[in-house]
Amino acid sequence: MSINCLTPAFLIERDKDRCIDCQVCVRQCANEAHRWDEEEQRVFSEDANCVNCHRCVVMCPTKALHIKKFPLEFRYNANWTQEAMRAIYLQAETGGVLLTGMGNDRPYPIYWDHMLLNASQVTNPSIDPLREPMELKTYLGRKPDFLKIKNGKLLEDIPPQLELELPIMFSAMSFGSISLNAHKSLAAAAKKAGTYWNTGEGGLHKDLVEHGDHTIVQVASGRFGVDADYLKTAAAIEIKIGQGAKPGIGGHLPGEKVGEEVSQTRMIPLGTDAISPAPHHDIYSIEDLRQLIYSLKEATEYQKPIFVKIAAVHNVAAIASGIVRAGADVVAIDGFRGGTGAAPLRTRDSVGIPIEFALAAVDTRLREEGIRNKVSLVVGGSIRNSSDIVKAVALGADAVYIATSALISLGCHMCQKCYTGKCNWGIATQDPQLTKRLNPEIGAERAANLLKAWAHEIEELLGGMGINALESLRGNRLMLRGIGLTDRELNILGIKAAGE
Amino acid sequence: MKRVYAREEYCVGCKLCEIYCIAAHSKYKNDLVKTFKKEANPPISRILVEESRPVSFALQCRHCEDAPCTKACIVGAMQKNPKTGVVTNEEERCVGCWTCVLVCPFGAITRDERGHKVASKCDLCSDNSQMPACVEHCPNRALVYSEYVSNNGTK
Repeated sequence: MSINCLTPAFLIERDKDRCIDCQVCVRQCANEAHRWDEEEQRVFSEDANCVNCHRCVVMCPTKALHIKKFPLEFRYNANWTQEAMRAIYLQAETGGVLLTGMGNDRPYPIYWDHMLLNASQVTNPSIDPLREPMELKTYLGRKPDFLKIKNGKLLEDIPPQLELELPIMFSAMSFGSISLNAHKSLAAAAKKAGTYWNTGEGGLHKDLVEHGDHTIVQVASGRFGVDADYLKTAAAIEIKIGQGAKPGIGGHLPGEKVGEEVSQTRMIPLGTDAISPAPHHDIYSIEDLRQLIYSLKEATEYQKPIFVKIAAVHNVAAIASGIVRAGADVVAIDGFRGGTGAAPLRTRDSVGIPIEFALAAVDTRLREEGIRNKVSLVVGGSIRNSSDIVKAVALGADAVYIATSALISLGCHMCQKCYTGKCNWGIATQDPQLTKRLNPEIGAERAANLLKAWAHEIEELLGGMGINALESLRGNRLMLRGIGLTDRELNILGIKAAGE
Repeated sequence: MKRVYAREEYCVGCKLCEIYCIAAHSKYKNDLVKTFKKEANPPISRILVEESRPVSFALQCRHCEDAPCTKACIVGAMQKNPKTGVVTNEEERCVGCWTCVLVCPFGAITRDERGHKVASKCDLCSDNSQMPACVEHCPNRALVYSEYVSNNGTK
């Protein structure tokens, strides 16, 4: 064995005055960062194994544990940071691509935090949502160019619409990347809140077919789990072209995660790697995309809206315009902070653009081209709270997709180790010992609570602006002002500066 | 009567139920740190997590309708409360003959030999609170305290 230059990333501190050596930490850590010493009759830590997921900290009955950044100092160097060096040590050790989980964690500007919302004062009344009705209902789908009404009746057929009680949906996470209990939690929460969850590209497990009317099913490049029933069970179908965390990159679910249930749901042999190619091999142009969109519409008798999901990349506005013209009913855009179960670190951290810019650019472009009504816009990629949602709607989004925040509501602590399959919170794992840790009854309550809380907050923010229906805020960029932004950034976002 | 039911599909095997059971029956009632640090001989847990990974569940006295332990007890220490249905062992009278241990169909009675030999078993925290400590502190609702409802709806 040769030298390993990697030092621990975290330090486990055990308060000896509080620790009762009950070994809950030992039993709860899938990374074996805690160890019971029979001879010493006490618990010891293996700092090098700790990923800082906080499972032990939360479970410790006497709150005796703290995790800190490992205090080892490297000689200061603004260029060769600890992170840069550790990455090289790891690659020198393994010769492999650096993998990571969850979304881009680099300190790029967060434009949501550079936008401020308006409120009513004197000249227009604000509204108290506790006393007056507030409307968050959202319809996603293609809207007709004109409404012909005769004798009080609508003359033309309205294309299929998804009806949302609130402008928030759970975005795509496949069964395989996350556990069945996580899927059950999200599906039940979506049903309770009157919104939708998304299967990701791993198929729909048979236990979740009952939630079909609140399910968006995904058709991605691997086409896993797709058959006629899958398409017909769903409320809507999403063609996944790209994902914010790894634009231009496919997916790879390792064979060890493809157990009995995953294999049946994905319709692939037990234990085989599930590889999603980077492109759809039948889509090399907008015309090809149109074929798939219409194939899916035909297969579902034009009853269901078809989503097309893309990652936010440099020419997103032109691409979105093409997608609308290809016949999509909803365009979903995933910003560069969007999460993932596994992505190459360098891709995750340096490919794509912020969702705020992508949304503003797409909405502006579609308006200019006079086709904004033909599509609904859904954005995702690190929507952290209700004010991010209100800002997104004011910028032009019809609704948002949340996934990272949904997982955090289920217990995720953002340790970014989803790709190891050892998620101590029972979310990003298929290990039966770990998946039990997420009780879907509790998960569904927590995820539904998050939606409920955010809906209340959205109503409060709308009321403050004197708006009683979300529809009146949609694309209303006058409700936004920029702070700490350059003229160019303000221009792209299409908003005025604070004080203007 | 209300009993503690285990849902093995959600038992994570953390054994917090055992730890809180010990604290609930210690002289430092529910104070974990004092129970484990100051009691020279902390009580033994009356709930036991049975485990063969990935399966695990917590087992404790089922407070049987027709409890064999109450019939087997040679001194009448093991009794079923006719009102509440809770089976308890009166430890002052118990002589530690382990007959109850032998007849318990669930293996839910253990030997407590820390001092005066007594049979140790779940008392549903009956002197303590509304909710048994194990149920109250189960982090994943793998233990529920409820009336038994059979498939045909009878209690």
